[in-house]
Amino acid sequence: MKRVAVIVFPGSNCDAETLAAAHAAGSDAYFVWHRDTDLRQADVVILPGGFSYGDYLRSGAIARFSAIMGAVTEHARAGGAVLGICNGFQILCEAGLLPGGLMRNVRLRFLSRPVWVRVEQTDTPFTCLYEKGEVLEIPVAHGDGRYVVDSRTAAELEATNCVVWRYVRDNPNGSANEIAGVTNAARNVVGIMPHPERRNAPALGGQDGARVFHSMEARHATQHAVDVRAVDDRHLRV
Amino acid sequence: MSAFRVEVRVMPRAALLDPQGQAVEHALHALGFGEVARVRMGKHLVFEVKAASRDEALDRARAMCDRLLANPVTEDYDLAVEGGAAR
Repeated sequence: MKRVAVIVFPGSNCDAETLAAAHAAGSDAYFVWHRDTDLRQADVVILPGGFSYGDYLRSGAIARFSAIMGAVTEHARAGGAVLGICNGFQILCEAGLLPGGLMRNVRLRFLSRPVWVRVEQTDTPFTCLYEKGEVLEIPVAHGDGRYVVDSRTAAELEATNCVVWRYVRDNPNGSANEIAGVTNAARNVVGIMPHPERRNAPALGGQDGARVFHSMEARHATQHAVDVRAVDDRHLRV
Repeated sequence: MSAFRVEVRVMPRAALLDPQGQAVEHALHALGFGEVARVRMGKHLVFEVKAASRDEALDRARAMCDRLLANPVTEDYDLAVEGGAAR
């Protein structure tokens, strides 16, 4: 059972669903207020979706300097798993823990609808129970979801397999290279624009997002299997 | 110490698409201002900085831009400092 800290910022609004999704996956999940400085021995940190500080200045720009972010950065630098969902992804980019940035959607409209993403990488703490190439239906809910990177960094992300999810069928917000989620070079920090916590049970219209949370629980248990898979190409399923 | 008035202009990087600027441009065209082209939309911040000199105020303002006011991945900024006695 992993200890999962869900950080709550003023303006977070997906914190409860994210906590519930982590609980449903068997995690010992708890909230940590942004003014705290202690993650309370978290194995995994999740920055949930929402509109921290009203998106003032830029999405995530002010939350990135919250008191708790010092501990989050330390946790990430030490190799601890960190997931940023939607606004959490924006905060991780602003904090420099993930490359790139997120700007206003290309057609300006706030998007709240299901999208389809392909799982591109399964060697992260949040995708190890998916299969490469699987297409997931997960909803987005964002106004600033257009992932932007300079062309050199984009090429580097592709070359180092750091694009974790990619929009398929359509590119809802104009993201560079159809990028819906990325990881850092160390592959412990992951950001995703769609909301996996909103698709983790049949009653919510599907459970394509559930394995994001099951993956963090399975991480240590499957560490060897994941290594083996790289040799004999076996895949793991829930 | 004197007070300096700082103005910061933050713009989306030239290479990046600016859909807000485009929307404004379309609206201007629709209103008959067909001569308008290449509208870009940014932010304008105005604040006061207490500093010993204009140079110090400029340095501090630049540090504020680099840390918070502009995101170097997506935005460029320029700034102007006025007021106080010249050093």
